[in-house]
Amino acid sequence: MEFSRPASTEEAAAIKAADPGATILAGGTDLMVEVNFGHASPDHVIGLRRVDDLADYQDTRIGAGVTWARLEECSHRALAQAARTVGSPQIRAAGTIGGNIGTASPAGDGLPWLAAAEAEIEVYSTTRGTRLVSWDQFFTGVKQNALADDEVITAAVLPENVPSVQEFAKIGQRSAMVISTVSACVMRDDEGSIRVALGAVAPTPIRVRQAEALVSGQSNPSEALLEEFARTVSAEVKPITDHRSTEAYRRHASGVLARRLLERCLAQ
Amino acid sequence: MTTAPTIERVTSGIGTSPVRPDGVLKLRGRFAYASDMHIDGMLWGATLRSPFAHAKIIRLDIGPALAMAGVHAVLTQEDVPGKLNFGQAVQDQPVLADGETQFWGEPIAIVAADDLKTAQRAVAAIDIEYEELEPLVDSELADTLDSVTCRPRIRRGDPDASGEIVVEGYYEVGQQDQAPLGNEAGVAIPDGEGGVDLHATTQWVHEDHAQIYPCLGLAPEQVRCHPVGMGGAFGAREDMSMHIHLCMLALATGRPVKMMFDRAEGFVGHVHRHPAKMWFRHEANRDGKLVKVEAKIILDGGPYRATSDVVTWNAAYFSVGPYVCDNVFVDAVAARTNNPPAGAMRGFGCVQSAFAFETQMDRLAAELQLDPLQLRRLNALEAGQPNSTTGQIIVGSLPTTRVLDELASMPLPPEATSDDPRHFPGGTGLTTTGADIKRGVGYGVTIKNLAFSEGFDDYADVRVVLNDTGVEVHTAAIEVGQGLVTVLQQIARSVLGIEQVNVVSNDTSRIGSAGSTSASRQTQMTGGGAYHAATALREEILERLGGDDLTNEGVWSEGSLVATLPEVVAAGPWEHEIRFRHPETFPPDENGQGDMHAGFAVAAHRAVVDVDQELGLVRVVQIDTVQDVGRVLNPDAAVGQIEGGTMQGVGLAVLEELVLDRGRIVNSNFTDYLLPTFLDAPHIEVRFVEEPDHWGPFGAKGIGEPPTISATPAVVGAIRDATGRALTRVPVLPQDIALG
Repeated sequence: MEFSRPASTEEAAAIKAADPGATILAGGTDLMVEVNFGHASPDHVIGLRRVDDLADYQDTRIGAGVTWARLEECSHRALAQAARTVGSPQIRAAGTIGGNIGTASPAGDGLPWLAAAEAEIEVYSTTRGTRLVSWDQFFTGVKQNALADDEVITAAVLPENVPSVQEFAKIGQRSAMVISTVSACVMRDDEGSIRVALGAVAPTPIRVRQAEALVSGQSNPSEALLEEFARTVSAEVKPITDHRSTEAYRRHASGVLARRLLERCLAQ
Repeated sequence: MTTAPTIERVTSGIGTSPVRPDGVLKLRGRFAYASDMHIDGMLWGATLRSPFAHAKIIRLDIGPALAMAGVHAVLTQEDVPGKLNFGQAVQDQPVLADGETQFWGEPIAIVAADDLKTAQRAVAAIDIEYEELEPLVDSELADTLDSVTCRPRIRRGDPDASGEIVVEGYYEVGQQDQAPLGNEAGVAIPDGEGGVDLHATTQWVHEDHAQIYPCLGLAPEQVRCHPVGMGGAFGAREDMSMHIHLCMLALATGRPVKMMFDRAEGFVGHVHRHPAKMWFRHEANRDGKLVKVEAKIILDGGPYRATSDVVTWNAAYFSVGPYVCDNVFVDAVAARTNNPPAGAMRGFGCVQSAFAFETQMDRLAAELQLDPLQLRRLNALEAGQPNSTTGQIIVGSLPTTRVLDELASMPLPPEATSDDPRHFPGGTGLTTTGADIKRGVGYGVTIKNLAFSEGFDDYADVRVVLNDTGVEVHTAAIEVGQGLVTVLQQIARSVLGIEQVNVVSNDTSRIGSAGSTSASRQTQMTGGGAYHAATALREEILERLGGDDLTNEGVWSEGSLVATLPEVVAAGPWEHEIRFRHPETFPPDENGQGDMHAGFAVAAHRAVVDVDQELGLVRVVQIDTVQDVGRVLNPDAAVGQIEGGTMQGVGLAVLEELVLDRGRIVNSNFTDYLLPTFLDAPHIEVRFVEEPDHWGPFGAKGIGEPPTISATPAVVGAIRDATGRALTRVPVLPQDIALG
């Protein structure tokens, strides 16, 4: 196995362009599981730990190499809440948001927040330079994304006006260190518009636009409206049954969780 | 006339909690577990396993693997030198699959190579073609088809007896894994004379030995099984995994060979707890007294016998609980299927039954509008009474009522135990802010037999030696992490009055069997052996040196030191070896009646849970437990066993299950086989009831299994109390609570 250790984004992209089949390694918390289970045996690994600028955190531009441990302390409340639910302290010290974006698992803990914040994924290649892809264009399916073979993920870029009223919650069968059964992020902007994003209930993180429309602008929704909101969320998600949960539970829990987060946002 | 040993004379005798001899090493990461073993020049082994639960092997060509550089041996069923099958009571499991595979992950071929990667590549290079066959994965269907290994049957009392209240239910228990943190590992070393030394994870080296040498076609003395550093077992290592394979590879190559399962292979490579399907019918009178219990219990044993028959009998023997009932009719079945092989796991059949009978007791209490603990107290079985299932008069202690009263006296936790959201149901996921939580309280009570039963010649050989290093306790008993080496030291110290005690762990050629580290038996059996051997040695020393007391200083007579300890040692050799047996037991008659058990213990749990019913999430807040322990030899170790056992019961209640798809385990990893984390662990309060038993050292009883048995029904009972859901299957999943 070949192992490359580029010192810059440009160098990393050049190596990737020269060997499009090479595998990117950031924290390794997804890749090493695949390797250990024998599902992946990469011939060429590009380690990104030495690319310092990837680990740069700004409120409007989160470097792909920023770890969950760092994000636990960040100013985006719901992202920090999501970061706390990732694995164990050891995993959070190693795993990165860029890895979450690259793996593109439906259960990725950081993805509902990116969807609600309307993030763009910044990618870089030596031939085309920097390109920004909106989150809903970037995540294309279960563990599939729009990253080209010669590109590396460099950052999640955020609009200036990410609502400060934002809440995240995640259902897992145990109290910590668990893969998401359903996760949700709700944001409320200054005009009262509501954004609702969910994870683990569709091939990609999704926004439930009909449900959002129902409650946007409502500062004091009735019980009937809240119930309709929950029902609409349950109807809009597209979950499956697998060994972690059932479609029926995920639908039900999506509505419950979204409603609870909405109420938390409205109470702020 | 010599004085009785005075246990207060030593500082680290029984009743204290001295530092474990293995404790500091383990905490500092310096303890040598089986997986740490290394010998220069050793090869690595790997195993080809069936990708189907049931398949015919159409073609098997080891040529491509054998041709690889660095590969030293590739062996199949044709290379087994002796008997083709192994197993505990009945040898029905092929060492390597013979033309057909009976479970997902069944070993088909084994490889030895220069390194692990090469061995794994060689496994992948074996040319094999299968024809998948329909697997039998439904234990109820197996019962119908008479694909069973045994049908325990209990008939006691009047089948026409009837009560005024009837409660009937169907219950299921999913397949739990022992999930020891230390994976299976071992090294086999050829002795250069055709024999082999095996160092591999185990709970009973002599039983391994008895099964291994016939398969190798060797004489017993040509195979020696050695104890190794164990990171847990819980029953998983009572049946063998890689043992015969390692010996075959070592003998075939003439080189030491190591195998080490990773987590995924560990889940496949050892036996698991039997999943259960159970129908129970309880009849009682309005005064709350049980009149009749009828049960049908189907345990799924997988394709081979292993310990299935004994586990299934145990499920039948303990299908009523520690309650008096004169009319009991039980039909149990050990189903033979293509599901993962089941064997021993902490609780051994009682876990499954207790979930059913304790749920029945709760439902009965609800029908009768009685407090659940009061109903149990009304029916409590005590020493001197016949066990409801077998008719065996309970000898020794069985303080059921005291245990229940003690539990009732324990304070409940405060209404709100925490304002830390991580302690709410859903934990770090922040699914609730607290408003959605309902609290519930539940109870679980159980009885468990101690040591081996049914006429098995259960013994433990122990040799106690006094020499210039101090006292040595020689045994082949396996320390799996439970603290046996510490308690053996304590027993020897208290009996001999001498502080310096070493436990010497022997291989099968150096001492007789200690029996298995299972059935809650080693403190009583090897501990009992150490007690009696040390007592006899003390008598010999005092008699020969004319003393009436022995201490750290030496031999005393009428208050004067007559020989210092070095002088005593010099007057040696001092050695006493015994074969300790517990009171005789007997096989059951045709109605499942008789004196099958050597002793019993009772445990009771009260669980307090917080439930977010809308999302189906549970937080176990606190568990209070009382256990009948005979006498506490090491308080810290006893609490540790009870807390650990309780957590294994909590795991079964709300988390732990091997999820199967046509016999294939789909969650053979710690990402998806969910064990409780520290955040899921409740506060546990432990109290002991000490009523000395009739044969354990100083009156001690085994303590390992009971806490696992009654914790599960207590937790589920508490969830029912909070939610009103029926919850007839464990583990209870969020959808069971949220959607009903």
